[in-house]
Amino acid sequence: MTLLSVRGIGKRFGGLQAVNDLSFDVATGSIKALIGPNGAGKTTIFNLISGFLPPDSGEIVFGGAEIHGMSSCEVAARGMVRTFQHIRLFPKMTVLENIMIGRHVHSRAGFLAGMMNLPFTWKEERRIREKSVEIMEMLGIVAHAGTEATSLAYGQQRIVEIGRALACEPRLLLLDEPAAGLNMRETNDMGGLISRIREMGVTVLLVEHDMSLVMKISDEVIVVSYGEKIAEDRPLAIQKNREVIRVYLGDDE
Amino acid sequence: MARRYLPVAAFAGLIVAIQLATLFTGTAFHLTQLTMTAYYSLVIVGLCMLIGYAGQISLGHAGFFAIGGYVTAFLTTFNLKAHQGAFVSLLSDSGMLVTRPDAYGGELLTVHPWLACVVAIFLAVVIAYLVGGPVLKLKGHYLAMATLGFGIIVYRMVLGTGFLGAADGISDVPGFPLPAGLVITGKSSTRVSNYYLAWGLVIVGMVLLLNLIHSRVGRALAAVHGAEDAAGAMGIPTARYKLNTFVLSAVFASLAGVLLTHYNGGIGPSEAGVMKSVRYVAIVAIGGMANLWGALSMSLVLNYLSLRGYFGTYDDAVFGVILILIMLFAPDGLLRRHLLSDLKRAVSRNPAEEEAP
Repeated sequence: MTLLSVRGIGKRFGGLQAVNDLSFDVATGSIKALIGPNGAGKTTIFNLISGFLPPDSGEIVFGGAEIHGMSSCEVAARGMVRTFQHIRLFPKMTVLENIMIGRHVHSRAGFLAGMMNLPFTWKEERRIREKSVEIMEMLGIVAHAGTEATSLAYGQQRIVEIGRALACEPRLLLLDEPAAGLNMRETNDMGGLISRIREMGVTVLLVEHDMSLVMKISDEVIVVSYGEKIAEDRPLAIQKNREVIRVYLGDDE
Repeated sequence: MARRYLPVAAFAGLIVAIQLATLFTGTAFHLTQLTMTAYYSLVIVGLCMLIGYAGQISLGHAGFFAIGGYVTAFLTTFNLKAHQGAFVSLLSDSGMLVTRPDAYGGELLTVHPWLACVVAIFLAVVIAYLVGGPVLKLKGHYLAMATLGFGIIVYRMVLGTGFLGAADGISDVPGFPLPAGLVITGKSSTRVSNYYLAWGLVIVGMVLLLNLIHSRVGRALAAVHGAEDAAGAMGIPTARYKLNTFVLSAVFASLAGVLLTHYNGGIGPSEAGVMKSVRYVAIVAIGGMANLWGALSMSLVLNYLSLRGYFGTYDDAVFGVILILIMLFAPDGLLRRHLLSDLKRAVSRNPAEEEAP
């Protein structure tokens, strides 16, 4: 079954065609990786899918509904949540509070209910807290619950960011370079975490430069270059694809 | 929960202590300025919510105060006797009008203060939505400039409008009747009750705002303040939350404008002036930006000193200087939360650590 279907999307920035007529599907329950040389347009593709940028052309269908042109907030409310290449945690907030923000779309107390401190909000806050603690336990960061999130080590900030996304209980998780800046051991752990997330029933689409990680965990890999798809296949086949090798390593001549 | 409401009880105690102090020292006339301080404090805590917690500056909140004050002043002084018609008699029949004697022995037929108050706040809300919608898309200096522009427009309009009294403003505004025989008015016989009414209202406002910052919405606002794009990616409707907070702060400002106008018995164009808006922002800044209690305590002290005339002819200059100094030396606000722990860290930090990146 297809969870996300990208059909012929394009995006132009002035004279640069950043993404050109790109199409691909992400199957429910799979891990799909988006790779390509620097400047290939991978992050732009993420921004288009997650509603941060409107596509100039094409359609994006998520869970059976057209989502192109929706805001990032509406897309998130529909169950597609992203992380950022450069970690974007909320400063001056603890790890617990950061993760509690992830429960926003699953709770409903508004301005009036908040100001009046209505009893239903107490129960809701307790549920938000319990669920957030559950997620911190799963990720092994519960000891840092009260720490200011932005004061943690880089690798742990990345885990918190993923925890915050998981708190949204997404159907599709978009990870933008989850292993960037991590050492080998941390990268290995990240691979294990992503596989665990899939076992929880979350479909994953990731952009990543670490090829060993991509090849180990992905079901399918898409390769883009200059905003166009040049290959889409299983990891082993991608490794042998001549066009991919040419894009990454240059021509033989 | 106790940590949230304990300071409220302490503050209520302080308000009582101040009143008792004026009673025993025979300085009850100070309560007049302290009551006015309460209404200005209502503007300031609402603005603190917008600036400190939602992270959006407004240099136009005197505009909302003036909208509240002028609408209620106009409606409760404009004589409808000379404008009899179907609409006026409909209002009259439904009890929304009142008659009272005017200064010359005649009789005035005007809108009831409660209806005037509702109309004033409703108008402020509509204008806040209309202005805030486009303006809150701006950030930083641009937002400051745009809200400043709004404030100037309101100021020039009240100054240039004949039926709003132009440079004289509107006077002879009646008291605001409340249940149990209470009236919001500046008459010295009701000084004590008005002092408690005004500060009671501030305390109610504080409780509402304290609840809000500790709620799901408050957490979301902190997220919007910290990293707006990431907040959007978490499904928080950032534009709507900023706009709602802007409107909420406009409600606080316009309600303060309405009640202070009834208390003072009038309003003049200086209430809409830019320097008033600067003053409100300066007090929020010295109070520590995201610190409702800091803003409230600074408002109590500085507004009281200003209204008692301690700053003399330098009144506006004092607040301008405060704002400049804060922006230079403590751009996060002076009485900010974690100030003590930050200071301790700064003192205990050894120089070697400081050089490390």
